[in-house]
Amino acid sequence: MAKRDPIYGIMAEFDSAQALIDAAHKTHEAGYKKIDAYSPFPVEGLAEAIGFTHNGVPLVVLIGGLIGGASGYLMQYWMSAVDYPLNIGGKPYHSWPAFIVITFEMTILFAGISAVLGMLALNGLPMPYHPVFNVPRFSSASKDRFFLIVFSSDKKYDAAGTRKFLESLAPRSVSEVPS
Amino acid sequence: MNEQYKSAAIERAPVIEPGHTFGTVTEKISAIVLTRPASNGWFVGFGLAFMLTMMMLYAIGYLFLKGIGIWGVTIPIGWGFAIVNFVWWIGIGHAGTLISAILLLLRQSWRNSINRFAEAMTLFAVACAGIFPAIHVGRPWLAYWLIPYPNTMRVWPQFRSPLMWDVFAVSTYATISALFWFIGLVPDLATLRDRTEKKWQQIIYGMLSFGWRGSARHWQRYETMYLLLAGLATPLVLSVHTVVSFDFAIGIVPGWHTTIFPPYFVAGAIYSGFAMVLMLAIPIRKIYGLEDFITLRHLQNSAKVMLATGLIVAYGYGIEAFMGWYSGDRYDAFTLWNRLHGPYAAWYLLLLTCNIFVPQVLWIRKLRTSPAALFVISGVILTGMWLERFIIVVVSLHRDFLNSSWGMYYPTRWDWMTFIGTLGMFLMLMFLFLRILPAISIFEMRTLLPEAEVKE
Repeated sequence: MAKRDPIYGIMAEFDSAQALIDAAHKTHEAGYKKIDAYSPFPVEGLAEAIGFTHNGVPLVVLIGGLIGGASGYLMQYWMSAVDYPLNIGGKPYHSWPAFIVITFEMTILFAGISAVLGMLALNGLPMPYHPVFNVPRFSSASKDRFFLIVFSSDKKYDAAGTRKFLESLAPRSVSEVPS
Repeated sequence: MNEQYKSAAIERAPVIEPGHTFGTVTEKISAIVLTRPASNGWFVGFGLAFMLTMMMLYAIGYLFLKGIGIWGVTIPIGWGFAIVNFVWWIGIGHAGTLISAILLLLRQSWRNSINRFAEAMTLFAVACAGIFPAIHVGRPWLAYWLIPYPNTMRVWPQFRSPLMWDVFAVSTYATISALFWFIGLVPDLATLRDRTEKKWQQIIYGMLSFGWRGSARHWQRYETMYLLLAGLATPLVLSVHTVVSFDFAIGIVPGWHTTIFPPYFVAGAIYSGFAMVLMLAIPIRKIYGLEDFITLRHLQNSAKVMLATGLIVAYGYGIEAFMGWYSGDRYDAFTLWNRLHGPYAAWYLLLLTCNIFVPQVLWIRKLRTSPAALFVISGVILTGMWLERFIIVVVSLHRDFLNSSWGMYYPTRWDWMTFIGTLGMFLMLMFLFLRILPAISIFEMRTLLPEAEVKE
């Protein structure tokens, strides 16, 4: 196993969403690619600022919904017309209008479950431990503080230079994140 | 302050009182859970609700022992309190989904301070509703036969029946509501994890929050997911009460067999649901000092929704009566006559009073902005909506085509114990929710603050 860098990254703390988003833009423009930003609520445009543009959740939901709808309809068709054909008031075995409701509900059910599980899986959650939690001040990230981190795995990263760069963005504080 | 200016000020009452910051919003909401000791009033309220829940369990236990003969249901009225209560409870749940999903899609940001507990209300109301069909099937230990599973009898459920549709609609609704509610809690659970001083709370909230850390990538996917879930929940909630109304409308019983049922059931559901939201919000904001977050604007908007949906319900009654006459069908005409002059006429008039006449006072702005008045009117509406389902179920069944098979419905004490017991269970769950989870969405409240605005 390769030896892990003892430093996970360098983190800067900001007072406001505006300061964070400006800093994120500058850091990304300065050539840092492996960065992340943390905020206590979703900040519009922040994901784009750190260079994250593609998000796979809609595709997962679409696939989940299609599977749900198809399986819902085929289930009813197979059970009512193939495996257990039963004459109900002279209606055809394959009485498709009656199958629409359950097809619809199954579509919603599968799409909804895919949305939640897909979001969690793509985000790599649940993950109760993460190096950023080692920074004592990071507990304010869920209250009123904003953080920007440059990971030590970034190509442009060097301990002193990156620290200096982050300090130039007028943060409240800068700290190392032990891994 | 002159009158005109004053009313304009109420009209533009803010969604959140000025002077709050990210910190104060966080502290104020999380303190209810983390630091505020449970008051005597909470224990008394919880204790009463708990006892009512026990009474419900006793009534259900006795039902399992003796069978549904202990209830008032008999031929011709085979659907008694169980179905009345089922429809009433599931309707109440609908307002929660309307607030959390539909108002989100419509960008009504005022919803952010009431969506969390409205979703909890949905979940608990659906839980109460779900009890009734399950215990109503006669042999409740065989209720799982409703699920299509491979079995040694080699039979499958009958998918042409609206009752089967209902099974899928309600169970999907319960699942999606629970997911929507829980996933909405995750960032706030992370806040509680970081705020609490106690180790065991850090572990429990930490586990429940999935290790949420507020990364920009996570927020991006989270928001997409939340929006899609809202988009899915919107047609779902409209479909659920539509399917519930199919349970009636697909049948040929006079008074049930009408096409107005789906829209009028959905409107009625939202009507009663907002009444329940107000009946919960008004005491909660008072007791926990949340008037800054649940402002008069919220109460007034909810009152307007009630007024609008109440008028749709009134239109539904009107069309029912009109079609009773216009169809020329003697049984439909008789159902209308029987509602007005039959043995349940007094209840029908009370229903019209509660659902149509009394709520018209909401046109008066002064009453729309008075919490006490809204609380009373909401209670009246909830009563009226319960009566509506009683009239639909019982009055239609008790005199249908053959007058040799007419009858009367007399609920027994077991019916009442079960119904009142579910009210207790609902309140008990609500009491617990207020103490262990943030009743207002903290992260969505932060986005309402002026300091949350950014320009790129």
